[in-house]
Amino acid sequence: MISELYSLFIEPFSDFSFMQRALWGCIVLSISATPIGVFLTLRKMSLTGDAMAHAILPGAAIGFLVAGVSITAMTIGGIVAGCLVAILAGVVARHSNAEEDSSLAAFYLLSLATGVLIISAKGSNMDLLHVLFGSVLALNNDALILLTSIATISLLALAVLYRPLVFECVDPAFFRSVSKLSSVAHYGFLLLVVLNLVAGFHALGTLMAVGLMILPAAIARFWSEKLGAMLIIAFATSVISSYFGLFLSFHASFATSPAIVLVMGSIYIMSLLFGRHGGLLSNN
Amino acid sequence: MTLTIFRNSHLIASLALSLGISSTALANDKLPVVASFSILGDLVSQVGGEHIDLTTLVKANGDAHVYSPTPKDALAVKNAQLLVMNGLNFEGWMPRFLESAHFKGTKIFASDGIKTITIGDGHANEHHEHEPEGHDHDSKHHEHEPEGHDHDSEHHEHEQEGHDHDGEHDEHDEHDEHDQHDQTGEHDNHGNEHHHDGVDPHAWNSISNVKIYIQNIEKGLSKADPENSQDYKNNALAYLRKLDQLEIKLHAKMDTIPQSQRKVITAHDAFAYFSRDFHVEFIAPQGTSTESEASASDMAAIIKQIRKDKINAVFMENIADNRMVEQISRETEVKIGGKLYTGALSEAQGPAASYLEMMQYNVTTIVSALTH
Repeated sequence: MISELYSLFIEPFSDFSFMQRALWGCIVLSISATPIGVFLTLRKMSLTGDAMAHAILPGAAIGFLVAGVSITAMTIGGIVAGCLVAILAGVVARHSNAEEDSSLAAFYLLSLATGVLIISAKGSNMDLLHVLFGSVLALNNDALILLTSIATISLLALAVLYRPLVFECVDPAFFRSVSKLSSVAHYGFLLLVVLNLVAGFHALGTLMAVGLMILPAAIARFWSEKLGAMLIIAFATSVISSYFGLFLSFHASFATSPAIVLVMGSIYIMSLLFGRHGGLLSNN
Repeated sequence: MTLTIFRNSHLIASLALSLGISSTALANDKLPVVASFSILGDLVSQVGGEHIDLTTLVKANGDAHVYSPTPKDALAVKNAQLLVMNGLNFEGWMPRFLESAHFKGTKIFASDGIKTITIGDGHANEHHEHEPEGHDHDSKHHEHEPEGHDHDSEHHEHEQEGHDHDGEHDEHDEHDEHDQHDQTGEHDNHGNEHHHDGVDPHAWNSISNVKIYIQNIEKGLSKADPENSQDYKNNALAYLRKLDQLEIKLHAKMDTIPQSQRKVITAHDAFAYFSRDFHVEFIAPQGTSTESEASASDMAAIIKQIRKDKINAVFMENIADNRMVEQISRETEVKIGGKLYTGALSEAQGPAASYLEMMQYNVTTIVSALTH
């Protein structure tokens, strides 16, 4: 019995280093991406995450065209494109009468279209799909080091930005009127979003990286109203989903990153039904 | 996502055409011919020589499994009198594209008449003589058959399909999707070396198949341009001789390796025909199409097999996701033997700029990796 359980749950990870790497990548990503996701959902910016994921894609693709499957080039490209879109959208929103969401939509669409144009001009889209869908099974040392560094930087930055971010969540208009830290917090936070999406697309691909950021946060909201507890619940959900996603991919031959996101999705639906705070079937 | 990109360019293509961009390629009186991808392009130009004006859609190092055609491509296809495709479901994006580009010429499948290999049917070297239709593996295969086999009646159906049967297209796409789903579900039942069902389209990896390709191309060209048919025949004969010589040379090279040692890992499953000719066993994480994603169980199966069978070479490919292969190499400490050219030629200055060079390069690379 014990040995059966061992071979079912532990052996895939003890026997194969690619499984260990995949799990490590996902855990590291969870450490930094889920708190950011929590702040994104609290600030009602969940879809901003999605838009930013599209915005970094062309930068990554340009990096790929310039230097091939080079992690450095794709990372730098992605960060530059993401920051550019975030800053342009923010500046336009603050200095014109356009809403922030419409200007963000405009700039990320421009960015996406530029990327697709450049790739088509080159005439080959061979690895683009793998940028979109990621390759969590093929994380090499460089990629793991990058993920871990980004997680470290994000955690430190979050610790510094924590208080201003909380103020931004609670009453952004008031915070903006009393403190100059408001825009620092805002742009610093967007930079962190971009950084983590770039880290995420190495592992899960641009499309799925947003899932790891937003879904655990959305789940956490159903179980707690305290920020600290939400951060912990989100992280735990993300780690558990990553484990079971890999587990399913190993035993049932599912493609890996969708498996991880779908495990999160089922937890989300269960939370939606049974969650203590605002769940459809709960008494509150 | 592929589909979305494809649809977009599809739209652009029809827009460009309806705006009345007129034909430019017909300035000279050469026969306008379109080949679907670089390897086929090389073969067509070998036979057509100076009499044809050739456009190759998927260029060197491009992946023809997934491709988004440009308006320029649409223009070339619209003006083409002859279109040479590989067939066997290789160019999945082509039927829709031909329709939107108003292709009015003749379409030929270079792979007409070859003996196909159905993967998932036990294509291991020992029993390769089977006829595809003899096996009642499962119903999917029958759905696939019209794509490639040399049944005359089925081909007539196909000709029509290229033009105006919308319903049929959708059906086809659906089949493809089903296939992918089924493939992923079935891995556990099969051995590792043949985990994807359907006909393997990479038929050019066998020199004897390419001889048939050349004959088909010659027939197609002669029919479209009877005036120069004698030249086409001569060119084809000359190239067939080169193929014969190459075949003998490469077999001699491969024979220096004992058969039991001829086991290698590649990124995607493109070598069933090569394997039949040269008795090399190929194992791939990505399956026959570069479109499908490898799952953790695929990776694990391959790594187990490497540990069990003492496989001593893994190879990268010019058109596939090589990070998987790199991961396998790290995990098993098997060295990466080099890069193989499978679905596309290299750039003109690369080591595999023509079909003959490509075959020679692949065999040499495999042999040298297996001898060390």
